[in-house]
Amino acid sequence: MSIWEYANPKKFIATTAPVIPWAFGGAILCIVVGLIWGFFLTPDADRFGSTVKIIYLHVPSAMIAINGWIMMLVASLIWLIRRHHVSALAAKAAAPVGMVMTLIALWTGAVWGQPMWGTWWAWDPRLTSFLILFLFYLGYVALWEAIPDPDQAADLTSVLCLVGSVFALLSRYAVYFWNQGLHQGATLSMDSEQHIADVFWVPLVVCIAGFILLFVALVLMRTGTEIRLRRLRALERQAQRAAA
Amino acid sequence: MKALLLRDLRLAVRAGGGFGLSLAFFLIVTVLVPFAVGPEADTLSRIGPGVLWVGALLATLLSLDRQFALDHEDGALPLIATSPLPLEAVALAKAVAHWLTTGLPLTLAAAPLGILLNLEGASFPWLVLTLALGTPALSVIGTFGAALTVGIKRGGLLLSLLVLPLYVPTLIFGAEAARRGAMGLEVATPLLMLAGITLGALALLPFAAGAVLRINLR
Repeated sequence: MSIWEYANPKKFIATTAPVIPWAFGGAILCIVVGLIWGFFLTPDADRFGSTVKIIYLHVPSAMIAINGWIMMLVASLIWLIRRHHVSALAAKAAAPVGMVMTLIALWTGAVWGQPMWGTWWAWDPRLTSFLILFLFYLGYVALWEAIPDPDQAADLTSVLCLVGSVFALLSRYAVYFWNQGLHQGATLSMDSEQHIADVFWVPLVVCIAGFILLFVALVLMRTGTEIRLRRLRALERQAQRAAA
Repeated sequence: MKALLLRDLRLAVRAGGGFGLSLAFFLIVTVLVPFAVGPEADTLSRIGPGVLWVGALLATLLSLDRQFALDHEDGALPLIATSPLPLEAVALAKAVAHWLTTGLPLTLAAAPLGILLNLEGASFPWLVLTLALGTPALSVIGTFGAALTVGIKRGGLLLSLLVLPLYVPTLIFGAEAARRGAMGLEVATPLLMLAGITLGALALLPFAAGAVLRINLR
């Protein structure tokens, strides 16, 4: 019994299919509860007013955007090393989800920045690195779309993901060097004292849990779709060969 | 490797290669900027180093897709791949050839073009130095991008989309060093980072480029 058993597409689908509705349900429950709690049942922050409430969308989507890329990196490595197709397809499935999360983070950030900083956009290091992350997602998805042969596409995008990760990290430090910004420091982190009050923190954690479940559900579902799509193509080819 | 390098250089210079093309592109971009932002000397000399950096970067990008695409079209690439030379070395040779025919001329051309943008005297050495340090990184990163998209029909636009985000750190440190040098500020940090990126890219990216070439030729 090892984790690699789930690299079998059949076993993967059989295992994840029952999980998906639960993950979706949990995601919807957490997000609805977290947002209602956050929007209506918390006091306005003294410095930010009611605008602070957008963090219940902003922070979770930003976390998923970064961790989604890390998940793609791990999946790409597994594909390059162990050649499990499910892994490559999971990376492919995660990319558009992560890209949309990046967009949500950028958009909610702009909406929040307008009343707080008086500007929709500033060339702040955090904002800039997120924009660059978005460009990396864009290139990754575009490369998947451009190559017809699935195995070749999986190989090339995996290498791009590895190289891109190094450069994304470099860019992050480069933009911090380039410009000191407006954005506040990390809101949540494991190793520091808590930065925000409990009243905001608890609904935020609920929202983050909801976004994580949503990401998991979407990626599992999209991976299943990719597996079925590929099986369908194989069947079509077989049928063509039989007819010819 | 030397033979391949010489062959690429000869091809670039002679048979309608992009040798003069990227230089002409660089010139045109530089000429267009004052039309767009206005002819005030102060503005131009302030944004000059950055404009020349972006211009050099775009000019580098312009000539990337012919790096492997031409060899791929006429079937020379599989022949090169079957030679005893490893593909990693092929990628490195291509990158060096690309730099000698694009990066180096662009670096040298940046100084006369700086006059057009009314650069101050102190800016010139820094601009040329940062470009000399940074353009090899642009060539190597671009070679990786070109190797990645070699099998794709009309991959030029995709190549730009893939390569431009990878150029961000080089551009930031390069333009920052040039800007700081022009203003007489401390330049050691961005300069060292720029050199570090170039050396790191030179050391590592040929392996990535070789790997994707191997996948593309499978």
